[in-house]
Amino acid sequence: MVKTTYREAVREGLREALLRDPRVFLMGEDVGRYGGAYACSRGLLEEFGPDRIRDTPLSESTFVGAGIGAALGGMRPIVEVMTVNFSLLALDQIVNNAATFRHMSGGQFSIPLVVRMATGAGRQIAAQHSHSLEGWYAHVPGITVLTPATVTDAKGMLLTALTTPDPVFIFEHAFLYPMEGELDENAGPVDISQAVVRRTGKDLSLITFGGSLWKALEAADRLATEGIETEVIDLRVLRPLDRPTILTSVAKTHRALIVDEGWRTGSFAAEISAQIMEGGFYSLDVPVARLCSAEVPMPYPKHLEDAALPSVEGIVQAAQKLVGGS
Amino acid sequence: MTYEIERDQALKLLHQMLRIRRFEEKSVELYSQMKIRGFLHLYIGEEAVAVGALQALTPEDAIVGTYREHGHALVRGTPMGSLMAELYGKATGCSRGRGGSMHFFDASRRFYGGLAIVGAGFPIAVGLGLADKLQSKPRVTACFFGDGAVAEGEFHESLNLAALWKVPVLFLCENNLYAMGTALARHQAQTDIAMKAAGYGIAGQTVDGMDVLAVRDATMKAAEAVRKGQGPQFLEFRTYRFRAHSMYDPDLYRNKEEIEQWKEHDPIPTFIGRLREWKCLTDEDVAKIEADVAAEVEKAVAFAEAGPWEPVEDLLKDVYTPVPDRGRTKC
Repeated sequence: MVKTTYREAVREGLREALLRDPRVFLMGEDVGRYGGAYACSRGLLEEFGPDRIRDTPLSESTFVGAGIGAALGGMRPIVEVMTVNFSLLALDQIVNNAATFRHMSGGQFSIPLVVRMATGAGRQIAAQHSHSLEGWYAHVPGITVLTPATVTDAKGMLLTALTTPDPVFIFEHAFLYPMEGELDENAGPVDISQAVVRRTGKDLSLITFGGSLWKALEAADRLATEGIETEVIDLRVLRPLDRPTILTSVAKTHRALIVDEGWRTGSFAAEISAQIMEGGFYSLDVPVARLCSAEVPMPYPKHLEDAALPSVEGIVQAAQKLVGGS
Repeated sequence: MTYEIERDQALKLLHQMLRIRRFEEKSVELYSQMKIRGFLHLYIGEEAVAVGALQALTPEDAIVGTYREHGHALVRGTPMGSLMAELYGKATGCSRGRGGSMHFFDASRRFYGGLAIVGAGFPIAVGLGLADKLQSKPRVTACFFGDGAVAEGEFHESLNLAALWKVPVLFLCENNLYAMGTALARHQAQTDIAMKAAGYGIAGQTVDGMDVLAVRDATMKAAEAVRKGQGPQFLEFRTYRFRAHSMYDPDLYRNKEEIEQWKEHDPIPTFIGRLREWKCLTDEDVAKIEADVAAEVEKAVAFAEAGPWEPVEDLLKDVYTPVPDRGRTKC
């Protein structure tokens, strides 16, 4: 095991992908000379050259669409979109082309495209760079939606995504980039079909993904000191959703708290809640609870941003209420 | 302007234009019989563009089309029966009946739609061109679009990127003067579309889109330049659709005189007239072509009629590519 940052793990994944397969190339805004807005591709231009590390103009719709075209043309493009907020400029290409081509053509085309982008809040960059819209993307059939929360997943999910014949969207929580973790020297592709139980417990299922995983684990530590044993589920894959792992956990703990950095109304947490109602209602001792972001555009000042986001303290309180309420 | 043309080639061009015309006239008839539903955008009047332009493409080249793509698919060689079956929504259609009129696809002929979001084909074409360039494949991608599409951001983004990266893409604008019901001058501050290409360093040229030979020759030249590695090329074909935008369109935004005036330039009779003048064509030739086309259309309808519907159990098939143990890894 070696200590590495999430950012470095992404970079290693990119590098390994480029080394493994000559069809792989990376394109996006400032991925080359700048080294990536979050420095995930630093050094890759020097190593792989400008044909494979391609700086693009600020034309999200066109460079994401060009990724679709290049995938149709036999390449394995990795497209980096600087943030999830910018990806909205490419939503047409994603929803109307990437997700539809295969079905609409009667199964004639596959689009092996990987799109990575930063998501999430916590760095005081306000209302146009801080949202968590991965739940929206998970609404769309035809694509796969991944939310790596660990260094192992940051590297490994990218590698597995590149072996997938259909479009894969990877949402990297921007707050995680400097986070350190242990990465196996031989870390490679990882499963992208299942959720993972990151901590086992019998009193409560804490279901979350992405950047919120670490808040959930910290909350679980605190709850343990009070004698509350929390099971923490890292969803990892928002589409296709691993229902069995969720329902198995809820059947054991009889209580579910969902933590989602998206807005509450129409959130991915709402989908998880509905899945539990449909498949695990009779296991529940108390109603499912959700902890989501406040329904405001993300404000700039730290105290307001903190107040808008799910917090460790908030998770602890919600969990206490849920356990105490049974 | 003078053109060189062999008699065989002339007959072939005429045959292709008539195939489109008669196929679409039949589809209107079938629409009124409710055999075909949804949107049906007719190409009638614009046939010279697809027929002329596709002469410049080889089977290895790619086509990215719009929702008015019946003609392009026919000329590309997708069997008429599978196109008619697609209009019916039958499983024997070129897209298994899932796309209908707006979404013809044919992987074996590198026909990438059939795309019905205006402007959305530009980036796909740039990407296909990029893939060819990166793989050193000497192929061309022909990207068709209408005058309405030049108002979309993707037009500007993609022309810029195509020129910047010198990708082998042929941008072919079918300017029929209307973005659905909005006349060009009512949606563009600069109505000279070829001039917009010049803004991105791409040499644009305006061509008479009602003249199949002019279209053919201009496209041949442009395709040659692309093949020589000179980067993307841009042609604007001035054309006109004789029918309404779609079957739902009452056509209230154009006057009858304008339509009649354009019909005087109908690419089919004018081409026939010219060939007769050149003593390249006899009445028997025309009669024979018409009879061949009528038989082909009749056969296509019979094929569509006979085809099965896709079973409802297959509804979810092909949302994803079937792979064993999707997303799982032994690592």
